[in-house]
Amino acid sequence: MNQFHIRDCVTDMYVAAMRNSKEMKMDKEKSLLEARNITFQYSKDTRMILKDFSLTVSGEERMGLVAPSGFGKTTFCKILAGYEQPDAGEVLLDGIPLSSYKGYCPVQMIWQHPEQSVNPRLRMSEVLAEGDEVEPRIIEGLGIEADWLNRYPAEISGGEMQRFCIARALGKRTRFLLADEISTMLDLITQSQIWHFLIEEVQKRKIGLLTVSHNDELLKQVCTMICNLEENAETPRCS
Amino acid sequence: MSDKQQEHTHMHKVNSTEGGREDALGYDEGGVHEHSHHHGYARNEHIHGHAAADQVENTYPHEHEHGGYDHQHHGHYHNHHSHKRGETILEIKNMNISFTQYSKGFRQIQLPVIKDLNVTICAGEMVAVVGSSGSGKSLLAHGVMGILPYNATMGGEMYYQGEPLTPKRIKKLRGNEIVMVPQSTSYLDPLMKMGPQIKKGRKDEKTAKKLRTIFKRYSLDESVEQQYPFELSGGMTRRALIATAMLDDPKLVVADEPTPGLHMNVAKRTMDHFRELADMGAGVLLITHDLELALEVADRVVVFYAGTTIEEANAEDFAHVENLRHPYTKALWQAIPQNGFTYVDGVQPYVKDMPRGCPFGPRCSYYTEQCSESIPYQRLRNGYVRCCHAK
Amino acid sequence: MMRRTMTVPMENSFVWNRRKTLLVWLIIAVTFLTVVCIAGMYCGEAARATDFSQKNLAPCLAHPFGTDWLGRDMFVRTLRGLSISILIGVSAATFSALMAFLLGVSAATLGKTVDGIITWVIDLIMGVPHLLLLILICVAVGKGLKGVIIGVALTHWTSLTRLIRGEVMQLRESQYIKIAKKLGKSQWHIALKHMIPHLLPQFIVGLVLLFPHAILHESSITFLGFGLSSEQPAIGVILSESMKYLVTGNWWLALFPGIMLVLTVAFFYVAGENLRKLIDPSSAHE
Repeated sequence: MNQFHIRDCVTDMYVAAMRNSKEMKMDKEKSLLEARNITFQYSKDTRMILKDFSLTVSGEERMGLVAPSGFGKTTFCKILAGYEQPDAGEVLLDGIPLSSYKGYCPVQMIWQHPEQSVNPRLRMSEVLAEGDEVEPRIIEGLGIEADWLNRYPAEISGGEMQRFCIARALGKRTRFLLADEISTMLDLITQSQIWHFLIEEVQKRKIGLLTVSHNDELLKQVCTMICNLEENAETPRCS
Repeated sequence: MSDKQQEHTHMHKVNSTEGGREDALGYDEGGVHEHSHHHGYARNEHIHGHAAADQVENTYPHEHEHGGYDHQHHGHYHNHHSHKRGETILEIKNMNISFTQYSKGFRQIQLPVIKDLNVTICAGEMVAVVGSSGSGKSLLAHGVMGILPYNATMGGEMYYQGEPLTPKRIKKLRGNEIVMVPQSTSYLDPLMKMGPQIKKGRKDEKTAKKLRTIFKRYSLDESVEQQYPFELSGGMTRRALIATAMLDDPKLVVADEPTPGLHMNVAKRTMDHFRELADMGAGVLLITHDLELALEVADRVVVFYAGTTIEEANAEDFAHVENLRHPYTKALWQAIPQNGFTYVDGVQPYVKDMPRGCPFGPRCSYYTEQCSESIPYQRLRNGYVRCCHAK
Repeated sequence: MMRRTMTVPMENSFVWNRRKTLLVWLIIAVTFLTVVCIAGMYCGEAARATDFSQKNLAPCLAHPFGTDWLGRDMFVRTLRGLSISILIGVSAATFSALMAFLLGVSAATLGKTVDGIITWVIDLIMGVPHLLLLILICVAVGKGLKGVIIGVALTHWTSLTRLIRGEVMQLRESQYIKIAKKLGKSQWHIALKHMIPHLLPQFIVGLVLLFPHAILHESSITFLGFGLSSEQPAIGVILSESMKYLVTGNWWLALFPGIMLVLTVAFFYVAGENLRKLIDPSSAHE
């Protein structure tokens, strides 16, 4: 063993150590949204919508959620985004409970009916300004035209309003996006436009996507993984 | 797909074709239309994997259920009989609807939301008017029923069973021969129990018995009659709305987005009720934004874009994109996830930004100077189209 | 890149519509009320000036509204009286409306106990006949200007409070407010940008409709003798005193002040109703 050998060993060890730490850093950057043992019902008299339900979404995947109508998919999305508090269980983002994130919530939800998500008295530019510093390229990429910004919600159609809602949700600090039937009430071309943009955007920014839709073909085009809640309500089978 | 269609063509060739009857719009291939109509059903059956032979029995799907409506069963009881295209029930020519609104300050402007709409419905068929939100299609239902808002004005011609449909006439027929199944459940009075509401206050035994039969058919328990709208689930309310429409054996049913956002299986079951109504001789006008649903259940599809009807095609034309006439229809077809999931740029123009001539012009790759003139709605290959470049 | 072809504008600018009607009515109403108020403020002396050579004169050119038993010109007196009534009514109503706003917002946002207390007080006040309550308060506080203002202010806030409370409660459950919270917006931002623009129109309409109410009540109280004393010629005083002289045939003593009171109240009411019709979305575009 001469000095060159030792030097090589040391270099190898150094390189190995650097690579390990880089991997660890990358693991830390990989976000994880977790729902653990969620149990929920709206009030004591209504049915138990979720019982001991768990699901994990990673920042790099696009997950689709399938279940029959009335199952509780929207309720689950609301809990995951923090709009409702579960009776038992918790929602964790990177291991930290979601409720401890004050201010801007990194898990943003887009609702099915854009008319209800937007204040009818505000101009669309103000609606957009509520988002977290939405970049102009997102506004352009979603096909939002300049003269819509001055209009009121009553003066634009559902498809356009949904584009604004999506842009608003794609702020700087967004890490996860929940899409609850966002294109169900839209026509086919608008649906296609919006989804193509979303797929590209979430891939680029490593935003995790959880989509709820009754359209299986759409989910096949959009998602990397589809979870069916019907068979087993507690641990869905994903493919 | 084409081989299997041929297979079914062979099976259905034996059906007699009715003699073509010329109706107001000059459809003189009643026979051909009917044959291709069976084509459509054959295709539907195939999608769901049922052999034609199984469906000859005329059973209602609900009879197979063990209570509980959410049962994975498709009822296809509409394909076994010779489908007769009957008399024209509703004919709408050049309908236009404008709104008066305040713009800045004291000026009032007229917004022509529907510029030119043409649709014809014959007895026994279901015609779907497909348009995206903002195209004005929802006004069509209100226009036909005569319940437009206070600041709307309507023009054009409407004929019901050959006679003009005046406001006085529609008031008389509304609720009896012409019914509407609305989109939102807020059309139900929240302070009235379901029974009296559906029966519209009638208390005779005949109506009560009829209601019970209808309820049974839609798997609605008798106790629903005594409940208030808010106590019912979404699905039950929707079925109740259909039951309301069915009570008086209507001749024309206007269904305004009857299955918003439902899974295809569930939506199909709802649409089967309408299919049943059509088979009993009524005409059904389905207004929706969901092209895929329309293709599943309707006989003919009218494509509506930015206030104008731009194409009318049979449902089976949509099996191949080459059979479609208008570039917008082709773009719609190609945007279906199974068919490529592509898209064209741009959005449907607003009433205030309407381009001259063809409304699809700015987004169309075939645009020429000719397209900025007014374009007539012309016949083309068993259908209609409003395009200079359609072949 | 999309091609944009020419657009087709359409306008119809010379038709009479509700907004123009509203503007006309508003201008008339505001002019009338301002003139009355300002003129009335300068008429103090003239209203009290007595001239025994001119007493009990029927309406003529020199005295358009006639004169009373002390020779005081009725026109000037009416003007002064109206302006006093208007000022009292408007200030009391404004105070009442502000109270309504505060209480309504508190009831909707500060939790169940506060809501319960405020609702209970509302029910209590609404359960007592209005005029009776007014009289009671006036008597308790002591008659005169103070009594009238406090009485009117403390009894007119109930329905407006209920309205605001309902609106705020509904607003809080709106999807866009919940989304705004998730987007990290503070309570202040939500209140200023979302709630106030929604509440303000309804609040203003409620306020304007409160004025005629308050003015009439003030006149009633004074008429009944619980309000202002006869040195200050509020309309109520004028009317109540003229009652004694009607029998002698001096009809102008009651008619003209009465008509002026009705006109004043009507102007406020018409302005308020038109405003409400414009704000209500179901009739906004007539």
